[in-house]
Amino acid sequence: MNKAYHSVRLEKERCMGCTTCLKRCPTEAIRVRDGRAHIIDELCIDCGECIRVCPHHAKVALTDPFDSIRRFPYRIALPAPSLYGQFKSLGSINRALTGLRRLGFDAVFEVARGADVVSRALIERLKRPNVPKPLISAACPAIVRLIQARFPDLIDHVVDIRQPMEVAALMAKREFCQQHGVAPEEVGCFFITPCPAKMTAIRSPIGHEKSALDGAISIMEIYGRLAAQLRKGGEEESLCGATPYGVGWANSGGEAAAIHSENSMAVDGIENVIRVLEEIENNRLNDLDFFEGQACTGGCVGGPLTFENGYVAKNTIRKLTERMEHTRPEAAVDASALNKYPIYNTLPIEPTNGMRLDDNIVEAMRKMERIEQIAKELPGYDCGSCGSPTCRTLAEDIANGYAGEMDCIYRLKSRLQVMAQQMVELSERTRK
Amino acid sequence: MADVSILETFDVERGAFETAGEASATIKRTLKRLGVDVGILRRVAVATYEVELNLIIHSLGGRLELAVDENWVRVTSRDRGPGIPDIDKAMTEGYSTAPEDVRTLGFGAGMGLPNMKRNADDFSIASEVGVGTTICMGFKLR
Ligand SMILES: Nc1ncnc2c1ncn2[C@@H]1O[C@H](COP(=O)(O)OP(=O)(O)O)[C@@H](O)[C@H]1O
Ligand code: SF4
Ligand SMILES: [Mg+2]
Repeated sequence: MNKAYHSVRLEKERCMGCTTCLKRCPTEAIRVRDGRAHIIDELCIDCGECIRVCPHHAKVALTDPFDSIRRFPYRIALPAPSLYGQFKSLGSINRALTGLRRLGFDAVFEVARGADVVSRALIERLKRPNVPKPLISAACPAIVRLIQARFPDLIDHVVDIRQPMEVAALMAKREFCQQHGVAPEEVGCFFITPCPAKMTAIRSPIGHEKSALDGAISIMEIYGRLAAQLRKGGEEESLCGATPYGVGWANSGGEAAAIHSENSMAVDGIENVIRVLEEIENNRLNDLDFFEGQACTGGCVGGPLTFENGYVAKNTIRKLTERMEHTRPEAAVDASALNKYPIYNTLPIEPTNGMRLDDNIVEAMRKMERIEQIAKELPGYDCGSCGSPTCRTLAEDIANGYAGEMDCIYRLKSRLQVMAQQMVELSERTRK
Repeated sequence: MADVSILETFDVERGAFETAGEASATIKRTLKRLGVDVGILRRVAVATYEVELNLIIHSLGGRLELAVDENWVRVTSRDRGPGIPDIDKAMTEGYSTAPEDVRTLGFGAGMGLPNMKRNADDFSIASEVGVGTTICMGFKLR
């Protein structure tokens, strides 16, 4: 397992060193140094906010190229339900699945089916007497990483069930191998992803060892090919097997609806999620059973690697699901199915201590004092011109030796003024 | 023996609901940066939030103080009144004098003081009617 793996990367040549991403990064993981942005690995949660806001498209997500599917003799596509929202006049989910299969896959398996199983497992979990309340959804890996980095005391609240894409891949591979009598190594499972966070979760899983997926292709990359394939028309295959609730996981609130918990809450947009996690920390929401937080506006339909506007996609999905038979996940998934696959976490979710100044508290206090002293000399405008997102982070960077006081343009200006004044005085003295 | 320590203070105004929770959020952040163990962090978070809210709801205004050394996290709240006439009663679970408008905001369950006592390793409260209330909470780091 590669701990420092990140899907979000910087294309150095395109970066102009502006401070747009710097100010928008929710974990203050970006610095601009020597005219270019740098991402601090330990702090980045792969939410992809910087990809969305970079005016020069210098922030990119590393996903697998489409042709990488050819590494495997047999290939299965596992589309995130948000894929269906990309085509306004899709008409039916089968149409998208058929088109996708014809792009070069031997089978398609909806991640929404994995979501049905996870929904069922969640319903069972919530019945247990001693679960910490609220239970926090583990579906958005950017939020789980945020909790690891900034809310370590909420880790016990995070659901210990794998993500729908993992469960779907376990099911898809086993089903395919049994049906066709092939070895699992010959089958490649590819997630069609709305975001870099999921890609990172495949390369570097949270809560379990290896991912059941072999790669991830972005919705953005699939979009053009699939749109062309859909235009060709042709007979629709009957491939859709998920309930509308599983499909609904694409939208914020979909998970809460799927588990049918009246006493749950869904929040979208990473800044909003941070605010509510603060409230959970304060014990203000311990009467809540379930909390679903998603980094993207609207949920995965608003993922940074999607093509269609998130609100349009959400509406498209709503229309598609209204047309489906309204089977509930607990009716579609038998309780016995929960033991058929290893759907629960096998490893603890560890805090990453992204905020910690030092492992030793005395050292940390010394450092904090130093930072405090440096910060007092800074103007507190949080302008970002120094390349750190706030004056306080610059103070910290200075204390860590990554930056200097004269990186602050206001400090530099006053230093220059003093020097200019001294020059004037000096020249006046020499004239006399 | 502890030669280094951190001290932060926060003024909390009566009725300042728009900034409610800011002082405790800053305290939490400081403790996370110091790498305080998560179990302790959670207890400090809950107790500090409650004491901050009491300043806003029940006091005429006051000050929160965070002091950390190698062995202890201490949170102290001092206010300018009105004071608590019967401390035993105030410490009872479910007892609250919070007015109706505050209850509609979801406060006033009467669990604040009991929760502070439960979460702190060391808890003391002193109050004088017409003068003010002082609450000291200590959390043992090791
Ligand atoms: N700082 C304070 N100043 C005056 N009275 C207080 C203060 N803190 C608590 N009290 C009194 O103690 C009661 C119980 O407090 P608490 O347990 O926090 O419950 P709640 O805040 O929900 O009323 C309050 O209703 C109030 O009458
Ligand atoms: S909300 Fe969905 S698309 Fe956005 S980061 Fe989380 S999992 Fe990815
Ligand atoms: Mg109270």
